[in-house]
Amino acid sequence: MFEPVLTRNIHRPNSEKIYTYLANGGYEAVRLALTKSPDELIEMVKRSGLRGRGGAGFPAGVKWGFMPKDPDIPKIVAVNTDEGEPGTFKDREIVERDPHQVIEGVIIASYAVGAKRAYVYIRGEFFLGVKRWIKAIADAYEHGFLGKNILGSGFDLDMSVHRGAGAYICGEETAMLESLEGKAGNPRLKPPYPAQVGLFGYPTLVHNIETLACIPHIILRGPEWFASIGTAESKGPKIFSVSGHVNRPGNYELPLGTTIGEIIYEHAGGIRGGKKLKAVIPGGASTPILTAEHVDVPMAFETLAAVGSQLGTGAMIVMDETTCMVEVARRLTKFFAHESCGRCVPCRLGSRRLYEILERIEGGKGKPADLDLALELSRQIDGLTFCPMGSALVNPARSTIERFRDEYEDHLTYKRCMVGNPL
Amino acid sequence: MAIVSSNSTTSAADPLEDGRKRAMLLAALYIAQEQFGWLSEEAIRRVAERLDLSVGQVKSTASFYTMFKLQPQGKYRIQVCEGLSCYLVGGADPIIEYVSAKLGIQPGETTADGLFTLEVVQCLAACGTAPALKVNDELYENMTFTAIDQLIERLQEQAE
Ligand SMILES: Cc1cc2nc3c(=O)[nH]c(=O)nc-3n(C[C@H](O)[C@H](O)[C@H](O)COP(=O)(O)O)c2cc1C
Ligand code: SF4
Ligand code: FES
Repeated sequence: MFEPVLTRNIHRPNSEKIYTYLANGGYEAVRLALTKSPDELIEMVKRSGLRGRGGAGFPAGVKWGFMPKDPDIPKIVAVNTDEGEPGTFKDREIVERDPHQVIEGVIIASYAVGAKRAYVYIRGEFFLGVKRWIKAIADAYEHGFLGKNILGSGFDLDMSVHRGAGAYICGEETAMLESLEGKAGNPRLKPPYPAQVGLFGYPTLVHNIETLACIPHIILRGPEWFASIGTAESKGPKIFSVSGHVNRPGNYELPLGTTIGEIIYEHAGGIRGGKKLKAVIPGGASTPILTAEHVDVPMAFETLAAVGSQLGTGAMIVMDETTCMVEVARRLTKFFAHESCGRCVPCRLGSRRLYEILERIEGGKGKPADLDLALELSRQIDGLTFCPMGSALVNPARSTIERFRDEYEDHLTYKRCMVGNPL
Repeated sequence: MAIVSSNSTTSAADPLEDGRKRAMLLAALYIAQEQFGWLSEEAIRRVAERLDLSVGQVKSTASFYTMFKLQPQGKYRIQVCEGLSCYLVGGADPIIEYVSAKLGIQPGETTADGLFTLEVVQCLAACGTAPALKVNDELYENMTFTAIDQLIERLQEQAE
């Protein structure tokens, strides 16, 4: 039986407080980590197989290894709490209910890569989260876990919180760095990667907060323990945010590789009203949609890629048989069109054109050529933009057309939605 | 209370002094907005002066972010989520229409008494407790029409 690791504290009263955290073994990992060498820690994270939880799934240890070793170069750790991917609500829960777990991860990561400065970037809308971050950091200072000469180790680390102000794109790591510098959140061209040229020009290690929350457990229980959970290429526990037509929506921490069906039926209580499952978006709004046939697919990076989707943030949006797929695509594409930062034409204009096509079809005014037009437009956006947003934004339209084409054709033929209509 | 950022721990000898002033722009805009209710020309000018930036720089940065308001706002900004998860459980459009009809304003508008502004926003990371909305900084989850009635009534009483 799998025991929750990342969420083990969140149901305790006052789970966000430092005394609750300390009473449950908190900051022991930092103590242990500071007795090891930075290289040893990087090696441990590599061996654990931990991959980023912010969406892209890049191996964390490899990223730590990219940071320059020269002690004379100032280095930075930046913590991504911008969570804006529709369907995703795990990071908000972590920061509101167990921020010290993340601070511990930040201290260990900073020590391992030689950073003396850590910046938290938090989504502007997360007002409670901002308050929790600030309080937790202040308490960590007071207990000597932050500041000068942490626990007598000679290692110094300062940490501060910066509030975003409403822009989904600021979750993209280079846009986040721009925003931290007080500018509009327009992504930077990569390379150089943040590990080379990051915040204020200094090498910067950027991580999602769920990734950082895994670190203390890897140090305490060992990388082999972490790597024993999950699948061949997806290791460790993962928080799955489940929303939509399920009886018990919520965050469920389970091993990577748990199947879609198991999460929906055994954990989230099955489909509401005993209805039939129709579709699942497995990893947040930007990941391609799957159908009821995919219930046995494990929620892991490689297995979802094998069926043409992505693990993304692990946020499952579950839809029953009454859901119109054209409306799903229209609504999600509207989001991306609204959130395009406007820097490049294929994303800025392409997302709007795509939205207009879907709006037209959904409203019964679609033309027969619209489906191929939408697919062609997607081809002209995907991979041809400044940042990965372009590839993300085409997924709702393209994947619903590919997997539910008949529903689009019904809209074109009958000039309205035919879902649930037996005529 | 203006919670913006916590920079008190940074010492003057920090090697990352570069760009420090500019980096305070978002925090400064939050403070100005908190003071004036919105970012007027006057507020923008003052922020620019304090941070040695041009008015144009400050304005263009402020306008990039949806939470910075370049128009006067109602005392209570009701921000209804139109995200997919909220829509699937019966929220989004029906809630927007309900609040709109109740207050007699369209999204983006403010009531004549200056009490309420209605805004449509994207996923509030409360999809597991959808439908969700926010009033100023406060998040409200599992919303129903009855809960909205009570909420608006309470805000009206509070304002008196
Ligand atoms: C459009 C876009 C939005 C993103 N939003 C977020 C976000 O809100 N939170 C996050 O942690 N990562 C987000 N990412 C991923 C980050 O760019 C980056 O890969 C991540 O923060 C790295 O951390 P990790 O290695 O721990 O996953 C986004 C990426 C893109 C392209
Ligand atoms: S792809 Fe979109 S979000 Fe990314 S830089 Fe271009 S316009 Fe901005
Ligand atoms: S879709 Fe409304 S809170 Fe996420």
